[in-house]
Amino acid sequence: MNIQTTNPIPVTVLTGYLGAGKTTLLNRILTEDHGKKYAVIVNEFGEIGIDNDLIVESDEEIYEMNNGCVCCTVRGDLIRVVQGLTRRQGRFDAIILETTGLADPVPVAQTFFMDDDVRAKTQLDAVIALVDAKHLPLRLKDSLEAEDQIAFADVVLVNKSDLVSEDELAAIETTVRKINPSAQIHRTQRSSIELDKILDRGAFDLARALEADPHFLNDGEEETLEQCTSGCGQPVDDCGCGPNHDHHHHDHDHDHDHKLSADKHDTSVKSISLRAGTLDPKKFFPWIQKITQLDGPNILRLKGIIALEDDDDRYVVQGIHMIVEGDHNRPWKDDEKRESRIVFIGRDLDAEKLERTFKACEA
Amino acid sequence: MPTLAPLNLDDHCVTARFIQDVPFFALASGEVHRLDHGHHKTEQHDGLLSAKISQDGHTLISAGEDGKVMSLDHDGTANQIATMGNKWINALATGPQQSVGFASGRKAFIQLKDGTKREFDEERSIEGMAFAPKGMRVAFARYNGVSLYWVNNQTPPVNLVWNGAHIDVTFSPDGRFIVTSMQENALHGWKLDGKAGDEERHMRMTGYPAKVKSMSWSAKGKWLASSGSPAAVVWPFSGKDGPMGKAPLELGTRGDVMVTSVECHPTEDVVAIGYSDGMILAARFEDNKEALLRRGGNSAISSMAWNKDGRLLAFGSESGECGVIDIAG
Repeated sequence: MNIQTTNPIPVTVLTGYLGAGKTTLLNRILTEDHGKKYAVIVNEFGEIGIDNDLIVESDEEIYEMNNGCVCCTVRGDLIRVVQGLTRRQGRFDAIILETTGLADPVPVAQTFFMDDDVRAKTQLDAVIALVDAKHLPLRLKDSLEAEDQIAFADVVLVNKSDLVSEDELAAIETTVRKINPSAQIHRTQRSSIELDKILDRGAFDLARALEADPHFLNDGEEETLEQCTSGCGQPVDDCGCGPNHDHHHHDHDHDHDHKLSADKHDTSVKSISLRAGTLDPKKFFPWIQKITQLDGPNILRLKGIIALEDDDDRYVVQGIHMIVEGDHNRPWKDDEKRESRIVFIGRDLDAEKLERTFKACEA
Repeated sequence: MPTLAPLNLDDHCVTARFIQDVPFFALASGEVHRLDHGHHKTEQHDGLLSAKISQDGHTLISAGEDGKVMSLDHDGTANQIATMGNKWINALATGPQQSVGFASGRKAFIQLKDGTKREFDEERSIEGMAFAPKGMRVAFARYNGVSLYWVNNQTPPVNLVWNGAHIDVTFSPDGRFIVTSMQENALHGWKLDGKAGDEERHMRMTGYPAKVKSMSWSAKGKWLASSGSPAAVVWPFSGKDGPMGKAPLELGTRGDVMVTSVECHPTEDVVAIGYSDGMILAARFEDNKEALLRRGGNSAISSMAWNKDGRLLAFGSESGECGVIDIAG
């Protein structure tokens, strides 16, 4: 008799603008000797030169539920393809999903939470955004998608880092940090990266997500900038930027009207990092419910580690729009300060209101 | 007492059907197994996505991840009918005069017996397909509704509108109604026999805790049975307005186990109900009387079919436990 394997199949989502290096990265993943087999879902067969019978082409199909809310959009094509792939067990170890440059990552991610069948068979592992170091400043000016992709990512690869100066790189990293303080940033050339930095991350696994995130919420936005004067967002020790370079006003090769300056990018996505002491669960849970119901459409991601009163375990939460998941994580360590930290990444968020109401949950 | 002849295969059973009293089991791997004086196996696809029986009942038509549409006769004769290159074919339907419809993404073809094809381009992916019971008319389920085409003329399609993603479609056997299953745990129906100028009649069939993946019309077409809940939900379609304003029957209700497959008996008002734990019951509409046909298994029932006289029931499951139940024993 057969026993159904119940281990959910990990899914890695690869976002990034056309030309950012997604295909190169995919080819690396498919050819490197890692002993794993991947099924790959692409928008077009196009340039993937690898002979792999598990490459599936899929037309992007955004499905709104009939209430029309952005929080309930899913990708119909993924539901169909994932269902087909998961019917035949044992052919592959994981799924990699490449999105088009203009794709909105949110419906992709929501599909893995909102469709019961997809949710039962797979687990969203991480969202990886590739950005082209040379063209990112321009992209951020002319498209919301580029910003959304960074805002939504767990890992950002600043690719083609050899094509820009150290100062420009630092400025780009500051910009990325500003949009998304909790993402891990790696500099890459020709999409070269150790695969364990992008695969099997467990970024949506509540138990692992925050552990693997050394600088998660350790710093508010301003503090981050203070830590490394060149603004790469890393703690000074490992920033590698060297001290005190002025990264303002470098002319961008391809667009002489724009200055490459982190300060000048008026990003519409903001992150709001909040801190409070021990919270009263009777206040916190209704609060997070209400906030995500009211502001859900504006919240791209949220992540938090919460200290609850009379509870020896850390409570972790994460969310996408109106979807919120939370669970007990592990006991607080003796030397750990019991405090609650949460970050919201989104548009048009009322920082003052969030901060005030979050604080009001204190026990 | 019913007797059960098991057939344990090692892959997800997509479709179980009878062809001239020979049970066929089409697996996701692409193998089709049949029990015809012994166990036979044919490799039809590298990855099978759907399988339907031809309207004359003589052939199993299937479509796969390999972009092929294949046929398999009851004696094991296999033929390739069409190909769409390396694209997954995700919608399939069998029509009158041995015609076949198939689609990948936003492109669909109807191919006639002589091999001539008509191509259809939709703005959104075609998720499901069905032929009308009379005439060469085909329905495509897609985002925000259904497109209805006459295959043999070039008139623009009738556009049945209802917001949301429609993933499968079926005509009532008398052709008066069309019903879709939706991404959002509901069925939606339209009345097709209204006079020109009548207000469009919508039938919203909601309240399911899960997506409806299996629908089956009763023998005389008066009822539509559906999965997606802890009971088989059976909607009345005998009145002129279908199930509007009426409550459905709920047959074979179980506590925390979901119905995953339904198949109405070919002559009686009885439905075979397959559950997520592998159990199979038969339930009578009239008095909700139940008969246990299979105790349970390792996985959800994914497909069932009655033979012509309704004495044998073939079934398949997600883990490949298949078999044939003789209800008369």
